[in-house]
This record gives sequence, C-alpha cells and structure tokens, in this order.
Amino acid sequence: MALSTLRERPTLELRAAAKSFGPVRALRGTDFSIVAGDVVGLVGHNGAGKSTLMNIIAGVVGRDAGDFLIGGTAIGADYSPAKALRHGVRCVFQELSLCRNLDLAENTRMLHASLRGFGWRGRAGRLIHGMLEDIFPEHGIPLRAKVEDLSLAERQMVEIARAYTDTDLPARFVILDEPTSSLGHEATAQLLRFIRRAADRGVASILISHRLDEILEVCDRVVVMVDGEVVGRREAAGLRRRDLVGMMGHIETPLAEEATRRSLGIKRIATPGTPGQELPIEASAGEVVGFAGLDGHGQRERLRMLFFAAGGEGEAAYVAGDRGAEGVFPLWSICENMTIRSIAALRDGLLISRVRERVMARDWVDRMKVKTDGIDRLLTTLSGGNQQKVLFARALATDAPIIFLDDPMRGVDVGTKQEVYRMIREEAAAGRCFVWFASEIEEMANCDTVYIFHQQRATTRLQGTEVTSARIVQASFGEDALV
Amino acid sequence: MQSHSIRQSPWLFGFIGAAVLFVATIIVSRGGGASATFHAAMAFSIFSVLVAISQMLVITSGPGNIDLSVPAVLTLCAYIGMGVMHGSNAWIPVGLLVVAAVGLLAGAFNYAAILLLRLPPIIATLASSFVFQSLAMNAGGDATIKPPSLLSAFTSLSVGPVSVLAVLVVLLTIGLAIGLKRSLFGRRLLATGQSEAAARFAGIRTRQVRLISYAGAGLFSGLAGFLLAGFTGGAALNMGDTYLMESIAVVVLGGTSVAGGQANAIGIWGSALFFNLLTIMLNSFRTPVGLRYLLTGAIIILIVTAATRPLTRT
Amino acid sequence: MSEVVRPPPSVGIGKKRQPARRAGHRMNPDHLQLALPFIALVVMLVVIFAIRPAAFSYFGFGLLFNLAVPLILASMAQMLVICLGDIDLSVGNFVGFVTCVVAVFLRDKPFIAMLLLAAGIVAYAAVGVLIQLRSLPSIIVTLGMSFVWLGLALLILPSPGGTAPDWLTATMALQTPWIPLPLVIAVALAAAGHWLLKRSAYGVVLLGAGANPRAAARAGWSLLQARIMMYGTAGGLAVLSGLALSGLTTSGDPNIAPTYTLLGVGAVILGGGSFTGGLVSPVGTVVGAMTLSLAGSLLSFLNVPPVWQVGAQGVILFLVLAGRVFIGRSGR
Repeated sequence: MALSTLRERPTLELRAAAKSFGPVRALRGTDFSIVAGDVVGLVGHNGAGKSTLMNIIAGVVGRDAGDFLIGGTAIGADYSPAKALRHGVRCVFQELSLCRNLDLAENTRMLHASLRGFGWRGRAGRLIHGMLEDIFPEHGIPLRAKVEDLSLAERQMVEIARAYTDTDLPARFVILDEPTSSLGHEATAQLLRFIRRAADRGVASILISHRLDEILEVCDRVVVMVDGEVVGRREAAGLRRRDLVGMMGHIETPLAEEATRRSLGIKRIATPGTPGQELPIEASAGEVVGFAGLDGHGQRERLRMLFFAAGGEGEAAYVAGDRGAEGVFPLWSICENMTIRSIAALRDGLLISRVRERVMARDWVDRMKVKTDGIDRLLTTLSGGNQQKVLFARALATDAPIIFLDDPMRGVDVGTKQEVYRMIREEAAAGRCFVWFASEIEEMANCDTVYIFHQQRATTRLQGTEVTSARIVQASFGEDALV
Repeated sequence: MQSHSIRQSPWLFGFIGAAVLFVATIIVSRGGGASATFHAAMAFSIFSVLVAISQMLVITSGPGNIDLSVPAVLTLCAYIGMGVMHGSNAWIPVGLLVVAAVGLLAGAFNYAAILLLRLPPIIATLASSFVFQSLAMNAGGDATIKPPSLLSAFTSLSVGPVSVLAVLVVLLTIGLAIGLKRSLFGRRLLATGQSEAAARFAGIRTRQVRLISYAGAGLFSGLAGFLLAGFTGGAALNMGDTYLMESIAVVVLGGTSVAGGQANAIGIWGSALFFNLLTIMLNSFRTPVGLRYLLTGAIIILIVTAATRPLTRT
Repeated sequence: MSEVVRPPPSVGIGKKRQPARRAGHRMNPDHLQLALPFIALVVMLVVIFAIRPAAFSYFGFGLLFNLAVPLILASMAQMLVICLGDIDLSVGNFVGFVTCVVAVFLRDKPFIAMLLLAAGIVAYAAVGVLIQLRSLPSIIVTLGMSFVWLGLALLILPSPGGTAPDWLTATMALQTPWIPLPLVIAVALAAAGHWLLKRSAYGVVLLGAGANPRAAARAGWSLLQARIMMYGTAGGLAVLSGLALSGLTTSGDPNIAPTYTLLGVGAVILGGGSFTGGLVSPVGTVVGAMTLSLAGSLLSFLNVPPVWQVGAQGVILFLVLAGRVFIGRSGR
C-alpha cells in the first residue's frame, strides 16, 4: 500500500461500453472502473450483462462502442487475450479454462509466456503451489495430478490460484466469475481473506457472485447491473443484503396481471419428493409450472430428467433454449425444422406429404407471427427470436400433452416474448401442460405454480398470487425453504 | 447469408465436370469413341455409386462417422455370394439373400463395436475390416468360383446402348434421394447427423437411427460386391481396395457433408461419372496414371475449399 | 447428498462426464493406458521366444523390429495431427512419395531430392494453415492430399524401382553395440517425443491447444501457429519414415505404404491416444506401432493360417481397445 500510494495507482476504466449479440443488447453503454487495490463486487440476475462486461475486459469479446483505458493507456480494437495478459488482466471464467489433459504446473505455464527454458516446470510448479498454499492452506491437492483427476472444487481452486500468480507479468486486475460456486465453506472463507490480502498488495479484484454475503464481506464497492445497464454503485460499508436484492429485483415490467387459477385436469407429472429435503413436483393438464432459481442449482437438469422420463412417442415435446446446440438443425429450412417432431403424423402412405407438411408450416408461421418471406428459408437466416418461435411451433404443432420449455426466451426480444407468452396461455387453456425452466425471473409471472430450486433441490413452491419477483429472488438465495 | 440453392450447388460440379469431359471426348475422338466411353463410364460408375451410397449413409449419421470396412464387406459378400451359388443360376436368389443378410450383419457389428466398446467409428470399422477380410479369404478358399452365368449376363445386359443394371441403380439412387427427403428414416437420419442433441430433444431415437445407417451401409457394400463379382467374372481378394478412398471422395464431391446431416444421393452419380470419365479419358490419352491421381486430389481439395462455408455456428 | 455434483451445463447429452478421480490411491489410469499396449507387446514377444528361442538374440530382435521403424515414424506423424483433433489420411502415400524421391534423386541429384523433401514438409504445414484458416475438415483435405502424393510419386517413379543411396542402406543396416538399431531408434524416438511434446514448455502449449483450443486462445496463444508446428513436424517425421523405409527396401515404390495411414491411427489409439485432441502419448504410440508391426510376425510364428492373420490382427486391435473400456476411458 505504501508503495502504491507514492505512485499513481493504475486504473482500469471502461466508458459507455456497448455490445450487442444480434438483436440482444448485452451492454447498453456501461461505465465501469476499478483502481489497483480495490475490490469491486458485480451483482445482477442472470443475463444482466456481467459476463459480457468481463469478457470485454479480458479481451475475449470485442466491444461495439465505448472507451477503454488501462493505466492511462487507451485500448484499441486490436485488444486480445494476449494483450489483456500483458496489461495484468487475469480472468477466472465460470466454465473454467484449464486444460484437463495437463497438470498444475503445465496449466500455469499456459498463462505465462515467460515460463520456458530449462527448469520451467519446476518454476511453474513452485509458482502455482506457492499460490495455492497462500490462498488455500491445507488444500490437499495432489501436486502432480492432472486437472481431469481433480474434483470440481479443486479445479476451481487451481484456476483461482493460477490467476493470481506473478511472473515478469504481474497480476493487477483479477476478475473472478462465480469463483465460489463449487468451493466449500472453508475454502470460500480462505479465498475471501486472500482477496483482501491481495488488495493490500495493490492487486485489484472484481468479484462476480450470486452469494451476496460474500460480496458484502469482501468488497469495497458494489456495482449492480440489470439488463445490460448499471443501476447502482454503492460503497459496501453499511450496505445490507436486502438493499442489493431490492436493487436487483426492481424489474420495470410489473409481474403478471391477476393469476387466474385454471381448472386443472389430469395429473401429467408427479414426483414423490423427499420429506424435509425436496418438495414433490406436480404438473397437471392445463397448468403452467415454472422452475426457477439461480444458475446451476439443478432446475435445468431436473427438467431434462423429467422430459426423458416422460419421453416416449408423442408423450412430451421439448423446446430448447440453447438453440444452437440443442434446438436448431442448421442445414434445414424453416419448414423442415418445424415439422420434424410431427413427420410421423404427416405421412401420406410411406412418404411425408409435402402438401400437408407445408400447410402445417405455413399455418404455424402465421399463428406464431414468424417474420420471414417464406418457409423454405434456412432457419438460421432468421433472427434469434424468430428461430425460437419456430422451435416453439415445432413443439406446439405436435399432439404431445406435456411440453417442456428449457429457458426458451434466452436472448429473445420483448415483443416476441409477449407473443409467445400469449400462445402458452392459450395452449394451456386448451388443456396442455407446460413445464418451464427460465433463468429470468419475470418470466415466471406466466406460471400458475413455480418451484424454486436451491442446491439441486426444489425447496420452495409458490402458487398463484404468491408468484412475485421478490419472493422468487428471496427463495433463490435460499431465504425461505420448503414452503 | 447464402440462399438455399447456392448452398446445395457443389454437387453440380460433378455433373458439369462429367459433361465437360464427355464433350471433350466427343470432340477429340470426332464422335467416334463417345458411345463406348459413355458405356464404360456408366458400367464402372455403377459400383462406385453403390459403395458411395454405403459411405453416404454412415457419413450422414454425424461428424466423425466413416466406414472403413466398405471394401472388406464388399469382398466378403462377393466371396460368400459366389460360394453359396457355386455357379448355379437356380441359387441366385438364395445368394442374393445371404449376401444381404451378411452385409446387414456386418454393418450392425460395426455399430455394436462403436456403441459397446465406445470406439471411434474410424477405429472400429478399421478393426472390423481386418476381421471381414480374413473371413473373406476363408470363404474364398483357393479356387475361384465363377459367378452363375445368368448373374454375369445380367450385370452386362444392355437394351440398346443402355445398361439395365445402370438403370436399376439410377432408380435406386432416385428412390434414396426421395427417401432421404421424405421418409421418416431419411428425416431422422439427417436430423441426427446435424445435431444428435437436437435430434434427441426432437424425440428421435438416435441410436436406432445410427444402427440402421450402419447396417444399410453394410447392405449396399455387400450388394456392390455381389454384382461386381458377377461383372468381373468372380471374386478377388483385392477387388475392394480402390473403393475405400474412392467411396469417401465420391460422396463428398457429390454434395454430402462430411460433418454429417446433409446427404445428396443424386450428386453421387455426378461425381462417380466424373471420376470414371476422367480415368477413361486420361487412359485413352495415355496420360500417366500419376497425373490422374494428382488431378483427382487437387480437385477434391479445391471443391472442398470452395464449398465449405466458414463456420457460422458459435 | 453425494449425487449433487452437477455436470457443467455445456456438457452435451451424448457425452459421459468423467467422474472426478483422486490420483494416487490406485494406479493412474494414464499409466494403465500405456501399460496396455506394452503388456500386449511383451506377451507377444514371450510367445515368439517360447516358440523360437533362437529369435531371442541381437539379430532376432533386429529382424523382428526392422520394419517397425518406418511405421513408428509415420505413427508419430499421425499422432501430432491427432493431437490437434484432426486426422491425416495422406501420410501413407506421402511416405510412398518420399521413397520415390529418395530412390530416384537422392543418390545422383541430392540437391533436387532435398528440395523436393523440403517442399513436402512445407506442403504439410500449408495443409495445416488451410485447415485452420478455412475451418475445413482435415479428413477430406488430407484425403485429397493422399491422391496428390500418390500422383506425384507415380509421376516420379511409375513403377517400383530406383536405388536408395548406399549410405542410407548402410545406415539402416548399422550394427549398433549391444542393442539392435531398431530398438535404439524406437527408444530414442519415444524419449525425444516424450520430452518435446510432454515435457518442453511449448509442447505443453500444443497439448493444451489440442485439448481446449478456447482456453489456449484465452491464454494468448495462436492456434494457427500451433497447426503450422504440428503439421510441419508431422511432415518432417513422415520424410524420415520414407527415408528409413527406402533404406530398408533399397528402392522406391509409390504404393509401398498406404497401410501406414490407418495403422498409424491404430497405433496412436492403441497407445492411449484419443481423437478428442490433446490426449496422445509419444511413448504409447511407439509401443503401439511396435505391437501392430509385431502382430504379423507373431501370427506366423503361431502358425496361424495366413488367411486368418489379418483377422487376428483385427481381433487383437479389438481386444486391446476393449481393455480401455474396462479401464474406464473411451477413445472418443
């Protein structure tokens, strides 16, 4: 501290940074700055733009607009991960970027171009082991192990320790994206203490976390993001958890109009649950059931389990939210993509009837208001929202009584969302059962019943008028359970 | 963004190339050898097309899928077929049935090895091709059995200038093209090949689809062996050798994507005719065989470079 | 609640997640992987020596492993390409091309020979550039190259013949003290490969780039440079393979080595490698190549009828690879 106060303290500063992915505006002119020795918390619900901001700072994603300065040097368009490293920017990514086929020393070497020549392995090993000891004393990680042989928590520790290692390029700004998501209690406490120690040495840390207590414990300042914009900057001192939840939960669109209870039909899904641990999950014909919770608390996995269990011919249809990997057939037209789930019913003798197939596709393009100039266009030529409408149509056009929605509104614009919500309500009124996982809580306003998942279990059930943004946020952080 | 028609155009290269070569032959020979050239190209293309159909079924089922056992299955079925019929015309239907069964089994064996031993398809089909080769040698014994006279006659039967077998294989190709586009299996195969995850979420039993595609590949390889043995007067141990690389090249230049999920049955004829015409023409000019291979390789790389879209998926 | 270890959301439904395993308690699966082809090799040798004790000698070893040398080199070339998640279908024909260049030019016009071989290596690196920049499927590009090399070989030497320079033949027939030359070469290659790819600072980057290209790019490394390095070195190893082969056969033949392509792939996978990238073992590849090349000799020593020998090789391949399933790692 004494040393750094003598000199100008280096600053990392982004001004009016903007970034869009297709129609989705991930960042809308965001300002962000951090000074050496600072610890800044970055909070916000899923999809608020935290990861995009981080990726821009790390050089992984280029910004569309805005100024970027590190230590007074203007950063141009040729910014890259290599350049970010040279400026001392380090990043612990959520999906972890260790190479699983390499050991600890080797993974450390990947980050440091200068670790080469005779004895590099020893130096890299000492570097990572020293840092591991410093951050997580008694970590117990086998020093020669390959990353693939480590547990998730151990991998996370290694990646964190690696980010703080210094060679001729010292770490100056370290971004930690959900660093504690798989760490235990003890390791988490160790990490938080270390972040403070590093700050005293002049290393700035940016901590992104859903665990608000950690943020409040360790950070000097907290930045709250909603929908690609910073909605609050506060000193952490004196700030309460409730204040942060309040800032995040203020979503401008009010939650649903009065949730009218529909008359429920036959039960479509019923899991037994575990008393005291997990609620039984039930879904009936005509009901829209939501799965909510923070990223990675098991709601998506549960949705898939239920789908494959209900799977069978015609029993259940699925709308994937990860369009690129799990929904779209990229070589196919709108028509083919839409009808694939219904081809057995569209046969005329042995072959699929061209006429009936096209009638179905046109019909649904109209009903879903898909913006296209023809059903023979490649599906991938449409905008994300329109692609998603086609995937919805694929499921809705079947006669499946249960439809699973796997966060299907990810990256879809507001107008489309409203149209699709309307469709879902209509279809439910007609007797379909929907099971809907969404990462954005306001979508849950469309559900009759919402199960909130915490640590891989459905711990809270909200029904009818209980379904409010505040209640869901509360429950996602494990505030009230087994209601 | 590219339109539907441009995306599918690469397979036309084969037909255009074949047409250019054919016209060139006519001009050079002043019309004299044209008919004979065409006849020969058609005759050889029949077998190229059959093995390419095998390869197409497997390649289409997804990235990384490739059948290296095509030549071995072809040879095995040729020997077994000849052995069963023993030159007797009456046994031809039985021979055909046995060959079909062996081909299907061989393909199913390949997929079983891929699934159960969790082997990459390239390794599983390589290892099984060794086994099939050995089986073929044993089925063959020392003496070469002549094919039944009716089978030989059938494989070279022509009505006027048109080979009957070629017409049948053309019909088969058209049937496959329609089937790929409009049958349940065809759609499911294409879906599985494009994205196995998306296919599963669209309710497709992807393992079943891939099993059928491998078994189908075995069937067509076997059929090719059966007919080729009839055409060339008997089975031979090296009869399949040239078809390994050729089957892949013909399929890919015919417009089938090596990344899976996009098949083109008609295009196979274009590239098969192109390659066979190229061979015949360069042979008739007494061009060194090396030049022919060199051209073939250069053409493959050129077309694949021109036809591959830069990755748009993220 | 032990089952709550969550799979990362990006994991595809088709893939099986590797359970996190503690190293140390039981045998490292990597070592088991490596042990598999090695055990197979030792078993084969024991059987051979039991049948013909005379083979257990300096000359016996030399004869048994002579022809393994070029296969080892070609397999190492294949290994480098597979390390990046690609495959090289052209290496066999490229080796054939090299034997032709050697047999036709190396003795009388060494300068032309050197030029042609250097051009071959550059062409290999260029293939890597093409594949990286246009994101082409390596399998098709190298299939095309296999025809190109065969064509060029046939243009240089239309039918088998020519003469390898005497120094090359003499080198391959060199009688090294105590240990026969093929074994010396095998050990040297395994050690050099292990050191360069697994121990050196840049080798580690290449391995990492093969396993997780995104992580390598995020750590500031150039994937283009990685492909140039790997393909270029693969070309160099394939040239050495051709040199060794023509030194053994004393002549050139365009069609001498097409089987090297797929046997090389087999050796890499047998040696514990995988197509997923970054998971290859130089030592394992050398042992795998020796195993495959010895399998033929073993079967004839065992009096396996010639008609069953190929099939028995396939069965050996299946058996050894099936062993991996039980160790718990797939070759995918």
